[in-house]
Amino acid sequence: MEALIKVKRFNPEESEDSYYQDYSVDVAEDSTILDSLIKIREQQDGTLSLRCSCRASICGSCSMRVNGSAKLVCKTRVKEVSPDGEQIIVEPMGNFTVIKDLVTEMDSFWSKMKSIDPYVKTSFEPEAEHIASNESMTHLLGVMNCIMCGACVSECTAMEVDPSFTGPAALAKAYRFVADPRDEETNSRLGNLNENTGVWDCTRCLACVEVCPKDVAPMERIVKMRDLAIEEGYTNTSGYRHTESFNDSIKKHGRLDETRLALESTGLLNIFGLIDLAKIGIKSLFRGKLPPILPHRPKDMKKVTSIAERLDNQAKEED
Amino acid sequence: MSKHDLLIIGAGLAGLRAAVEGVRQGLNVAVITKVHPVRSHSNAAQGGINAALTDRGDDWRDHALATIKGSDYLADQDAVEVMCREAGDAIIELENMGVIFSRDDDGKLGTRAFGGQKKARTYFVGAITGSALLHVLYEQSVKYNLHIYEEWFVTKLIKQDGKIAGAVAFDIKTGQMEMISAKAVVLATGGAGRVFEPSTNALICTGDGLSLAMQAGVPLMDTEMIQYHPTTLAGNGILLSEAARGDGAYLINSQGERFMEKYAPEYMELASRDVVSRAEQTEIDEGRGVDGCVFLDLRHLGKKFIEDRLGYLQEVALEFRGIDLSEKPIPITPGMHYIMGGIKTDLNGATNVPGLYAAGECANVSVHGANRLGANSLLDTIVFGRRSAIESVEYIKSVKEVDIDSKELSKEKSRMQSILDRPKGMRSAELRDKMGATMTKGIGVWRDTESINYATDGMKNIRGQLPNVYVENKGKVFNTDLTSYLELEFMVDVAESICQGANARFESRGAHFRTDVTQRNDKDWLKHTIVEYNGEELNTTSEKVTITDWEPTERVY
Repeated sequence: MEALIKVKRFNPEESEDSYYQDYSVDVAEDSTILDSLIKIREQQDGTLSLRCSCRASICGSCSMRVNGSAKLVCKTRVKEVSPDGEQIIVEPMGNFTVIKDLVTEMDSFWSKMKSIDPYVKTSFEPEAEHIASNESMTHLLGVMNCIMCGACVSECTAMEVDPSFTGPAALAKAYRFVADPRDEETNSRLGNLNENTGVWDCTRCLACVEVCPKDVAPMERIVKMRDLAIEEGYTNTSGYRHTESFNDSIKKHGRLDETRLALESTGLLNIFGLIDLAKIGIKSLFRGKLPPILPHRPKDMKKVTSIAERLDNQAKEED
Repeated sequence: MSKHDLLIIGAGLAGLRAAVEGVRQGLNVAVITKVHPVRSHSNAAQGGINAALTDRGDDWRDHALATIKGSDYLADQDAVEVMCREAGDAIIELENMGVIFSRDDDGKLGTRAFGGQKKARTYFVGAITGSALLHVLYEQSVKYNLHIYEEWFVTKLIKQDGKIAGAVAFDIKTGQMEMISAKAVVLATGGAGRVFEPSTNALICTGDGLSLAMQAGVPLMDTEMIQYHPTTLAGNGILLSEAARGDGAYLINSQGERFMEKYAPEYMELASRDVVSRAEQTEIDEGRGVDGCVFLDLRHLGKKFIEDRLGYLQEVALEFRGIDLSEKPIPITPGMHYIMGGIKTDLNGATNVPGLYAAGECANVSVHGANRLGANSLLDTIVFGRRSAIESVEYIKSVKEVDIDSKELSKEKSRMQSILDRPKGMRSAELRDKMGATMTKGIGVWRDTESINYATDGMKNIRGQLPNVYVENKGKVFNTDLTSYLELEFMVDVAESICQGANARFESRGAHFRTDVTQRNDKDWLKHTIVEYNGEELNTTSEKVTITDWEPTERVY
């Protein structure tokens, strides 16, 4: 079968601009996109550069964008994305600088990984193994599945706006230590993760969960760490205040009171923060985007209260 | 020029374990690797790591015997003793470093059964043990702030006055070539599976270290010992772990019979890998396969069990074949998987070149002999990676200063340029495919004089065509066209040495099964084959196997 592949090319030795190149390659029915790219590189165009190694979705080398979203191309079959022979667009991952063609600079990725102190910290060296229940260990297998391919970072909408955000991959890795019963630094880890660029900077857009080829679900780990941080008493953050204010506002008015949310998240004693906020408020006013000053009043407040109560009870039961 | 005490080439488990030990011993250590450490092929080990833990009533001697019997008595027994003795401490240390091993009901490390062993002594992390270990060793490298040359390609080892002095390498990202001086070097470059096609091995497993060592005058040993794994996906060779059979899966033929009954009535599916692979091939050859395959059947294990303990296998089966293992048997075939042979070292990883060590799959200590037991390869990397670094300490102290001649660098630079300057000709992949087909046909599950000659002649022809290969990409930045060619050069060296070893060993032992001499011959061949490059050609000799407590007997499973 014929695979039509449009590849985003870039060669810094030739030009500062990238361009697209069309290839057509004859591959077997069950071929993956990686098989096709290798065939192109080996039979048609030796100048095409990409990373790949294991071909079995375990080494994490071959993350790239396929039709606009990051995939591990070794486990993505041509048929799956192009059932009727449509052209497939292959580009390097997003949120990374491109070195050449489909190869991205991973330094920022690894330095973020290093920033979370990615190793178990214990003062205690037992003579034998640490005793721990199978459940307390094996629940970490999900997050251990992470092969550091970078797909989640490629599609992270928060990183797109703020590259300093620690990001889904490093935070998922952080969870692996926070939740490890052998680690003795859980509290200080959560304290660090609670700071700027940490767990509260995630916008919960779900993109990382969607694209992760190994079902690591980074966003769920991030949300879990927010809860754990709050449980450990880390409440002096705009993220925590945002959560509380959101909750209150819904319970009281059935809808989000955006003005109050902005004020309370910033912190009513945070003078500099409030001045910044005022500037945004004035701008919004002139553009006609200022939220209503007075909160929305629901017609049937009883219903809102009963839904809120039900959710609270449900949360308690889950705990 | 950068200077280090200890330069480790390769960042898989053996390399990283050596590096961590080097740092602990106070050495100035650097690791050089052509891929980021977590991309290394140690990742692909699925099933587990063997150890006899005494507090579970196990005995390292039982593990040693299983290993020696598995090796068809070709392993050096003193080396096996070292590995099996140190295994327990190695597992505990890995656990303390942070590996999330599966546990039993007491909260202690749990085991699963594996091939060639009566006792379950394989410690595991789901079906991603290699990946779990590799990531933890990478974590340790961060903890120890290890200096790593990431995505650098080594082209040559440098010797001075007969001793190791460093290596020449280039940064794949920039093309910048440099000399790296080192008082000692550990080769930990992994296997050479891509010499064959298909293979379970990653595309990076191109025998770089074996060739580098050979070119530096280090002999290779038992290169003919190529393991065909019993359960690989037909076509692309992707591995389905022995853990499946360890956890109870069956092998069945086209009639639905558990055919291992005929070949290994006692061990059944858990006989040694060479035995199982030959049984499968026999079934296929005698017409009881389907499209050149037999089947791995997990249906009776149930969906939950499969997903809990063998999740990665289920993922591979679904993604690559669209098969749910709890519903349908999956077609499998024996596939090239591992090279037991490799760089000849002593019990501490030392080679015949002062300051040069080797560990892991590229080395041959020899603990695997003619057939490696499943879950002994991870153990090999951890035990001998560590030992090689420890062994280098005293040697490094004895070396005052290493001063490499800068000519070495200019020689390598002009060699690279001359490759890039070649006129348009054949692409390296074309010749590599030819090599893969030739080697698989000649040095397969079955061999005989004719097939070995076919491979030998084929490789001679391929060697002759190497100068006709050209590199289309002339750029400096991430030129994978150039690295693929250089890897092909490495592989041709390795392939030729495999043919030499196979030709020399005139008997059947372990993975080396000759249909023209089907018996093991302890009288003449309780010996290692040694292949050495003298600068002009390959010389083959042999050396006695070390026997300590276990006299060779008939090998029945």
